[in-house]
Amino acid sequence: MNHIMKTTGNKFKINNLQSRIISLFLYFLLIGFTLVVLYPILNVFSISLRPGDRLLSTSLKLIPDGASFHAYKVLFAQTPFLLWFWNSSLIAAAVTITGVALASTAGYAFSRFNFYGRKSAMVGLLVTQMFPPTMLLLPMYIMLLKLHLINSYLGVIVIYTSTALPFCVWQMKGYYDTIPFSLEESARIDGSTRWGAFRRIVLPLAAPALVITALFSFMTAWSEYIVAAQVLQDTSLFTLPLGLKQFEASMSTQWGLYAAGSLLVSVPAVALFLILSRWLISGLTLGSVKG
Amino acid sequence: MKSPSGLVRALDSERFSPNTFAYILMIPAAIVMFGVVVYPFVYNIVLSFSNMSLRHFKDWHLIGMRQYAEVFKGKIFYVVLLKTLVWTFVNIFFHVTIGVSLALILNRRIFGRAAIRTLLILPWAIPQVIVALTWRSMFNYEYGSINLFIAHFLNMAPVEWLGKPLEAFSACIITNVWLGFPFMMTIALGGLQSIPQELYEAADMDGASGWQKFWSVTVPLLKPVMIPAITLGIIWTFNNVNIIWLVSNGGEPSDQTHILVSYVYKAAFNLYRYGYAAALSMVIFAILLTFSLVFLKRTRASETAY
Repeated sequence: MNHIMKTTGNKFKINNLQSRIISLFLYFLLIGFTLVVLYPILNVFSISLRPGDRLLSTSLKLIPDGASFHAYKVLFAQTPFLLWFWNSSLIAAAVTITGVALASTAGYAFSRFNFYGRKSAMVGLLVTQMFPPTMLLLPMYIMLLKLHLINSYLGVIVIYTSTALPFCVWQMKGYYDTIPFSLEESARIDGSTRWGAFRRIVLPLAAPALVITALFSFMTAWSEYIVAAQVLQDTSLFTLPLGLKQFEASMSTQWGLYAAGSLLVSVPAVALFLILSRWLISGLTLGSVKG
Repeated sequence: MKSPSGLVRALDSERFSPNTFAYILMIPAAIVMFGVVVYPFVYNIVLSFSNMSLRHFKDWHLIGMRQYAEVFKGKIFYVVLLKTLVWTFVNIFFHVTIGVSLALILNRRIFGRAAIRTLLILPWAIPQVIVALTWRSMFNYEYGSINLFIAHFLNMAPVEWLGKPLEAFSACIITNVWLGFPFMMTIALGGLQSIPQELYEAADMDGASGWQKFWSVTVPLLKPVMIPAITLGIIWTFNNVNIIWLVSNGGEPSDQTHILVSYVYKAAFNLYRYGYAAALSMVIFAILLTFSLVFLKRTRASETAY
């Protein structure tokens, strides 16, 4: 837009008008996209408020006639929703803690030390991203079957951690690379150990990347369906995505439950995501921008 | 420093060379990756040469390349591969064009920028399962809001979204485009913000038009950020079993909406053809590996991946 200011006279007026039209057009585009993004969310909210006898309605009203929180009450009182919520929280917490611990240390090793096999290990991590989901799931599933570990959380936690880890390690490595070596060197001169320099100097500075690693691990575990559907078969062990799918399967009777449940499941994920999205941009791009 | 455990105290010891310290830091991640990635990977290779299925679960044996021959024999593989390529291309095309366009708009100083940006990120923040199931309900023939919109505002006949192959496949693509563009938008926005303002000022001095500035400043400087993201996006989309599986309810109607990964998932877990599924997994992996090597080499971005 700067160049518009520098032109003069008639041309200025034309350009000014032109740029206003463009601005207006861009605004419409933005608002259009925002509506497309918001509509499905509002739609789910609207369905969650529908009274039980009017679940299947062809009305496009956002607040349905006779709106009530009935579905939410049923969800908490008559379904295992809270149990599923607890199961999912447990699994997500375990995956997040493991993911952060493993990625922060491994990423540091990759960033700071030029050890034998470093490059091939980095490439190896990248290659795992190209595995189709079934490539590890199928052997793991058969192993779990043979070990009688179907219906155990351990299997799910381990699979989720390994799914999230490659991305997280690369992410952490990219961020550590931007922290100057001299900081640790001076700490070491002051008598700090290697572990101490890492723990007290580097790790706090890498907080934004740690946050992204935590978020990514959490999201992987919180919203996974495909693996859980094979490994967790007992209803009382279900995670939230499995439970929601069950509601959705009988849409005519449990559509309201599905909608209410989906909103409640999305809220923690969305809240975390939005709070942390400030770091998301820098954390994700820093590694690549520095070239 | 206070050490939380004996192990850490051992780490503090200066007996180790720097590389040994690096190995110690790596060991936990390496054990996990070995146990759940390397070992299953090797096991998968073995399975792909075997006749394992539900009927031959305990008494399986190696049968050579027969499962691979089975994969390439039928017409179905080529049909599904073609669908996978269409799926990946269409999705990434829209992800990138929508994402970059929105990022360019949001990079201007406009009113309400932060709020709109936050709202536009929402599809990325919502768990994919919920996105998929919600869109599935919106594509419902009688009660789904998409058909209600079509009837109400466009006065057209409702579309049988989930009952016909082409429509169901389009429904999956629409869903995936909706949830995928915020990732590209976020990456592009980060890239745009890292372009020094002086470059645009210099271009202004040279009398460059807006269009010229876009092609000679924005595009070249955005490329190193976008290429790794696009590579990753292509791999993720190619391998995205969630959306297809949940929106089309496992390939409905009559297995016409599968992409390769959902087809394998079905072969493995609904039809219990373990050996066949393992072989097909290897083929998918080979396709993605070849693509990535060629693509990254072409764009010379292998050093900046991620």
